Amino acid sequence: MVENRPFLNILTHLVLIAGVLVVAFPVYVAFIASTHEPSAFVRGVLPLLPGDNMLESYGQMLSSGWQVGGTPPVWLMLGNSLIMALTIAVGKIAISILSAFAIVYFRFPFRMLAFWVIFITLMLPVEVRIIPTYAVVANLGMLNSYAGLTLPLIASATATFLFRQFFMTVPEELMEASRVDGAGPMKFFRDILLPISITNIAALFVIMFIYGWVQYLWPLLVTTEEDFYTIVLGIKRLMASSDRVPAWNLIMATVTLAMLPPVLVVLFMQRLFVKGLTETEK
Amino acid sequence: MQTKRSTYQNRWLPFLLLAPQLAITLVFFIWPASQAVKSSFERTDAFGFKTTFVGLDNYARILADPSYLNALGRTAIFAVSVTALSMGLALLLAICVNRVLRSAKFYTTLLVWPYAVAPVVAGVLWWFLFNPTIGLLPHLLDWFGINWNHRVSGTQAMILITIAAAWKQISYNFLFFLAGLQSVPQSLMEAAAIDGAGPFKRFWTIVLPLLSPTTFFLLIININYVMFDTFGVIDATTGGGPGQATMTLVYKVYTDGVAGLNIGSSSAQSVMLMGIVIILTFIQFRYVERRVNY
Repeated sequence: MVENRPFLNILTHLVLIAGVLVVAFPVYVAFIASTHEPSAFVRGVLPLLPGDNMLESYGQMLSSGWQVGGTPPVWLMLGNSLIMALTIAVGKIAISILSAFAIVYFRFPFRMLAFWVIFITLMLPVEVRIIPTYAVVANLGMLNSYAGLTLPLIASATATFLFRQFFMTVPEELMEASRVDGAGPMKFFRDILLPISITNIAALFVIMFIYGWVQYLWPLLVTTEEDFYTIVLGIKRLMASSDRVPAWNLIMATVTLAMLPPVLVVLFMQRLFVKGLTETEK
Repeated sequence: MQTKRSTYQNRWLPFLLLAPQLAITLVFFIWPASQAVKSSFERTDAFGFKTTFVGLDNYARILADPSYLNALGRTAIFAVSVTALSMGLALLLAICVNRVLRSAKFYTTLLVWPYAVAPVVAGVLWWFLFNPTIGLLPHLLDWFGINWNHRVSGTQAMILITIAAAWKQISYNFLFFLAGLQSVPQSLMEAAAIDGAGPFKRFWTIVLPLLSPTTFFLLIININYVMFDTFGVIDATTGGGPGQATMTLVYKVYTDGVAGLNIGSSSAQSVMLMGIVIILTFIQFRYVERRVNY
């Protein structure tokens, strides 16, 4: 701080507290709604203080789901989301680190072409190729499967670029020394490159996990069976029935459970999260 | 593009290493995209038996279609309002966090987590708050004589999705603005203070110009976000309605292609979107090149 201005300092804290409250408010209201009985929502205004129905709401959604709303138990959808997010994160990192290794440590014909093919994926988000991609997945018989849910989202130019950039900063001597010692390319990759990339891998993992968890449009297209619903998709199905049966406590309990895992990842791995975010988006 | 000074000699290993990434890219990215381009020049009859080549006819049709042009205009308005709202608030919060020293980390933690909330969930949360029958905010607005019902009023539906989309993006913009602010040299601020510049003058004449690369970068990222990642927000709140008041370009590709099964038109719209992404990516990479030399 350059100079001391007490009035401005107080104002700063007031703005920040207001900001934090505005950011948290919608989530607070959703959580409060999940702790009330269904009857609390017929009378008009939403309650602002917790009710005493919390265990029932969460218990019912986790164990049996909500038949009227047409969703399976929440634990099943949470499991699907977890599988999807983990597969996407691990898959993206695995295939990207291998391609970056090939591009940086080898000279071979069509190297530039391979690089440009990977680069193009940046320009083809799933939203612009919805129908033909759906057709491909359907032809391969991968509708309603984990492969269909994850594979079309797994190619990653950003991750490849990140690893390429990082490999370029790795001292030449490491590779030369390992070669003098008789290590082949894969041994060098496994025993030297992989261990020194671990922070980058972890940072990327946090970002890609969140990316996989919040996917919506793609699961909406390829899953029609309840067994493959992800939690984010399940919320939309619950919403669709809310006009008939306004069981807001159950819907908001599901919403809370859907937000919890990725938010906890961000909160507990904040340093990796910030690193991943600022480095992948360059 | 460079490699290492010394590289491995191996005929097939690099191809093997690239194979998974390239296979997925070809099967799920490039092939479908080329199919979209191909069917944007074709028309299929109502029963799906016959496909004829129609040249640029699909493009001519969508460009003459008032509902497409409306969606284009609405997407532009949506992008500008979400970007302005979320970047403005994020900048304000970042400036404040940059001013407090001891509690900066505490506030940062409390501000970044909405990044992890899915767009659909963000939509549901705000939709719940603005619900005309039981929502809190319509009751508050009622005291001011405003009758809130986003199922009837297109403007109110637009406001709802703007708030929901901007809310989710604040944390992202905040982190980048904070990083930008922290890289402003302290000596510049002190020199300006000695010359008699107050906090606001310092902000306008030193901080804001130095932040311009960050601001420009965020501008591109935010436009990209609004165009493509807000599908969930819209699908959870308004479904493109009332009427077509919140129909954005991506949502229209989805409704025309998946619900309407109008493949030709939907493909032509997809190709137009690809053009927009290519332009945005180009601008972003040109700019990054320049920032490296900054």
